[in-house]
Amino acid sequence: MIWLTWRQFRTAATAVFGGLAALAAILAVTGPRLADDYATGLADCTTQGGDCSMFVQRFFNENQSGFLAVTAVILVLPALIGLFWGAPLISRELETGTHRLVWNQSITRTRWLAVKLGLTGLAAMAATALCSLAVTWWSSTVDQVATENFPRLGSLVFDARGVVPIGYAAFAFALGVTVGMLVRRAQLAMAITLTVFVAVQIAMPTLVRPHLLPPTRATVEISHSVLDGLMRNPENDAVRLQAKAPKDGDWLLSSQTVDAAGKAVDDINVSLSSGACAPATVEQDRMATCFAEISRLGYRVQMTYHAANRFWPFQWIETGIYTTSAVALTGFCFWWTRRRLS
Amino acid sequence: MTAALQAQGLGRRYGKRWALSDCTLDIPAGHVVGLVGPNGAGKTTLLNLASGQLAPTTGTIRVLGGRPGSDRAQMGKVGFVAQDTPTYAGLTITEHLKLGAKLNPRWDDALARERIERLGLDPAQRAGKLSGGQRAQLALTLGIAKRPELLILDEPVAALDPLARREFMQGLLEATVEHELSVVLSSHLVSDLERTCDYLIVLVDSRVQVAGEVEELLATHHRLTGPQRDTGRLPADQQVISASHTDRQSTFIIRTEAPIHDPAWTVSQLSLEDLVLAYMNTTARTHHRPVLEAQR
Repeated sequence: MIWLTWRQFRTAATAVFGGLAALAAILAVTGPRLADDYATGLADCTTQGGDCSMFVQRFFNENQSGFLAVTAVILVLPALIGLFWGAPLISRELETGTHRLVWNQSITRTRWLAVKLGLTGLAAMAATALCSLAVTWWSSTVDQVATENFPRLGSLVFDARGVVPIGYAAFAFALGVTVGMLVRRAQLAMAITLTVFVAVQIAMPTLVRPHLLPPTRATVEISHSVLDGLMRNPENDAVRLQAKAPKDGDWLLSSQTVDAAGKAVDDINVSLSSGACAPATVEQDRMATCFAEISRLGYRVQMTYHAANRFWPFQWIETGIYTTSAVALTGFCFWWTRRRLS
Repeated sequence: MTAALQAQGLGRRYGKRWALSDCTLDIPAGHVVGLVGPNGAGKTTLLNLASGQLAPTTGTIRVLGGRPGSDRAQMGKVGFVAQDTPTYAGLTITEHLKLGAKLNPRWDDALARERIERLGLDPAQRAGKLSGGQRAQLALTLGIAKRPELLILDEPVAALDPLARREFMQGLLEATVEHELSVVLSSHLVSDLERTCDYLIVLVDSRVQVAGEVEELLATHHRLTGPQRDTGRLPADQQVISASHTDRQSTFIIRTEAPIHDPAWTVSQLSLEDLVLAYMNTTARTHHRPVLEAQR
């Protein structure tokens, strides 16, 4: 059965592993250089005066496309696995009737399914693990400088680093197999698998992940560390605050400006044309006066966020959820094969 | 000798529809059994039950003394060539044989290779490129080289042209004799089975109408033609399978063990096809016939 499974799987396997090998080779060549560039650049700017923010910004801009590309690869890989390895695995057999050829050799259905699922499923997880490892390693330097735009817990970076891609791949594969078994048509199964998987992948970071652990709630004074921008409405001169999480890499879920009475407000009632926050105050030190004035008026910002150091707890929890779902789907597949399939 | 197939009150339901109901059979080993009936009569269901692909809803079935599909040994004893003789389009003939060798403990590789050679097939050819007849032959080769004691074939020739049909049946017969196989094969055409089978089961509307050795069936069924007469006025030992009347004449197809003495009748022999058609037609007309019970 192992031979047959491999014989049926080898083309698809070669395509994916070949692609991954090529990717790994590219990353292996460019990765050390990237780390080198970063280390030298950082050293240079430190010796020249210590402010490295310009260099960091430039380094990120230069490598952003590569960063996004490798991230995209690892984001797409589980979907591809579900689509091209999972969905056709059983449905193709049912479609062409070949399951009845195999089932009538001296082999039980359970064993047939176990070998098919085991071999292909493990290959799916191994492929994703390798890809995630390579991508995580390669982008570790860029990730450090990307935290402002791409928090490590946010939907892009978190989904594409560490161990969660393995969970995604296992789930996508099991989902594809299950759907294929139920609809018995490879193409339809692929379409449904893709739709469901994409929906899950959107729902997870937006609806579920924020609640995996209780978020940190804090009411803090308005200062540089939580300020993403101050916006002025030209019509009524009102000022609106755009907050960010206190530390780079934290994942801000929500923020709300409150006034001295603790009431939620949209606008901060302070003039930008005169007084402490007048336009002349763009320089850093005078900005502090502006913040002091806002604080004196009693404005605070309430925010809920997840600290960046929750990256690994979140990774393990989410991997656990996806793997458990995959196991449940697999269990269903076995039950269905034994009881319902013919 | 254990029976090839024994069924007791066997039934299988799909949702609310009974695909097979109240099926009781006892087929001795060593026969080539034809299972005939119209499309949708339940032939595939019965064969799937026998090969262990389906579990019965009611009743029991034993094949070669064991429960179908219960374990590897049982599966090794029963070969099954599924409807439309499925094969892997992307795999070559050699790879199909390798598949058989890997998955069957009693696989006879020499037999398989020899058979492929005799059929004049190129072992390097992909199954997807084979003609329907060649594909059926490949599926049959897989079934035979597994060295089963009972080989079940579900409509193996339904998709084949007449020449390929004959070649397939020929090959099947040769293998049957050579390897002392019991065979059960289904068809909706009697002509496919006429020359091959020595045992016949007629399945109509999910029920077994008649089952028995062909010779015995032919010896006990007769066509009576004579002056118009009511069905009820025939002797009690003559089971009426079908009756047709014109103004002056009646034609009956009856089953009886006893000789027919009534001089009013012209008695003629039935062909196997006539016999099967008689059972099929009757069921189509009336569902509740007393003869149904009397047959068993």
